[in-house]
Amino acid sequence: MNRWSRFNIASIVIGFAFLYLPIVLLVIFSFNASKLVTVWAGFSTQWYGQLFRNEALMDAAWVTVRVGLLSATIATVLGTLAALAMTRYQRFHGRVLFSGMIYAPLVMPEVITGLSMLLLFVAIGFDRGFWTLTIAHITFTMCFVAVVIQSRLASFDRSIEEAALDLGATPTATFFQVTLPVIAPAVFSGWVLAFTLSLDDLVISSFTSGPGATTLPMKIYSQVRLGVTPEINAACTILIGIVATGVVIASLVSRRQQIQRERDERAAFAAG
Amino acid sequence: MMNRLFPAIVNRLVIIIPYAWLLVFFLIPFVIVLRISLSETAVAMPPYLPVFAWADGISGFIDNVRTFSFDNYVWLTEDALYTNAYISSLTIALISTALTLLIAYPVAYSMAKAPTTLRPTLLMLVILPFWTSFLIRVYAWIAILKPEGLLNQLLLSTGLISEPLIILNTNTAIYIGIVYSYLPFMVLPLYSALEKMDHSLTEAAQDLGCTPISAFWRITFPLSLPGVVAGCLLVFIPAVGEFVIPDLLGGSETLMIGKTLWNEFNANRDWPVSSAVAALLLMILVVPIMFFQNAQSRLDREGR
Repeated sequence: MNRWSRFNIASIVIGFAFLYLPIVLLVIFSFNASKLVTVWAGFSTQWYGQLFRNEALMDAAWVTVRVGLLSATIATVLGTLAALAMTRYQRFHGRVLFSGMIYAPLVMPEVITGLSMLLLFVAIGFDRGFWTLTIAHITFTMCFVAVVIQSRLASFDRSIEEAALDLGATPTATFFQVTLPVIAPAVFSGWVLAFTLSLDDLVISSFTSGPGATTLPMKIYSQVRLGVTPEINAACTILIGIVATGVVIASLVSRRQQIQRERDERAAFAAG
Repeated sequence: MMNRLFPAIVNRLVIIIPYAWLLVFFLIPFVIVLRISLSETAVAMPPYLPVFAWADGISGFIDNVRTFSFDNYVWLTEDALYTNAYISSLTIALISTALTLLIAYPVAYSMAKAPTTLRPTLLMLVILPFWTSFLIRVYAWIAILKPEGLLNQLLLSTGLISEPLIILNTNTAIYIGIVYSYLPFMVLPLYSALEKMDHSLTEAAQDLGCTPISAFWRITFPLSLPGVVAGCLLVFIPAVGEFVIPDLLGGSETLMIGKTLWNEFNANRDWPVSSAVAALLLMILVVPIMFFQNAQSRLDREGR
């Protein structure tokens, strides 16, 4: 019989404990009163106060958020186009190369991507800074967006587009009023994914940014090399908090949209 | 194929815009890497020779090409440091991939057998760590694995060990780091392969006298192979070029090519050699990457 055995429960509990325990410990120790990260000396929020007074870190956070918002938005547009191209056109010149360029960045070691983009910017004489960082982030996050949206488009019922066109809607109107609303949850979660990937990236950012455009992970990394401090724990906790909130909102939105869609479908069925 | 949604011009743009972006910012940079890997190091900015200039025209270009040399590659093969770094990166990635599979399989298998109402939540819980920073997750392990860290405190207080274990700055720490960081990448494809499986097959096998274990090896495991392949490639390929994990958790004796490349570039400022290191790494990984692309586009096509 297909039932959940003790072995199954144990594997899940152990697996998830392994995944979550380090993060939970990191969050707990960000509230530690002691400067030692491994000895508990009572609850304190002093490290958060110190963090917000650290101007270099705050500047880095601001750069990170700006790059994240801008690159995620452009990457979502490009990724949506790429996903449409991949699912709607079975044949075009260079399709194999195109799909290669979509999938390869997902697994490409970041040192290679980072180095090659830096060399491009140097070769064309583009000063490194905010814009090169943004371009690099768009390039590697758009592929993740494309894959997320592609999987939604794969199960898309084309007949509703045909219906809209048959009823006289222009292709543009059909795209914005029929196609986009249906894939909107995937587009949204693609955006959130792109934003968090951009927020987190260290290696590609280190290669492609220049003076004056230091991101939070770069700042955290340079401090981590000097040792573990509760202040970094606090910075990490805030980052985790932002990302977790984003993910929860994304999943709530997509769930609500799905419920709404099911309700609409039922209503349409009942009316028909 | 008729495509009524977009008129011809817009039609083309849907393909052309992302295509052009990826060509310029993903493919052409690799060509530049190859090109610089054939140059000589120079004390200048940019620190390599020769530098292409549009003003030189075709003849200048040909002159440039004549000066291309494979010296950097010869250097890579002659210096044991690089050869060892490549070999140990591949070994570490291979062992870590096997360990990740070993840990991820029971988790994915159990998730696929979980009650249907629970599955979306479990799936969400696997995906969530993937969204939190890679750097932060690796950093979290430093406090755990340090000699005076949390793991040693726990083991010492329970009396299991009498002296702190030295884990941080060893290869063991790297294995832990890679397995931990890449676990979701392995669980997800395994889960989607196992979830689709028809459980009546294993039941039939058991009705016909197969033991549960041999039913697993003869039916469940072979049917989950596409997931195993996709998961292993998703872990193996990026792990070979991993930089953050060996840098933060590994010791000075650990050689990994991602770290070597980083040092060559940032500390030694040797752009041609680091380009050669990157180009060679890419050549090693191109076959696994093509396998991955194939496996992935097959999975995507089956999805519809």
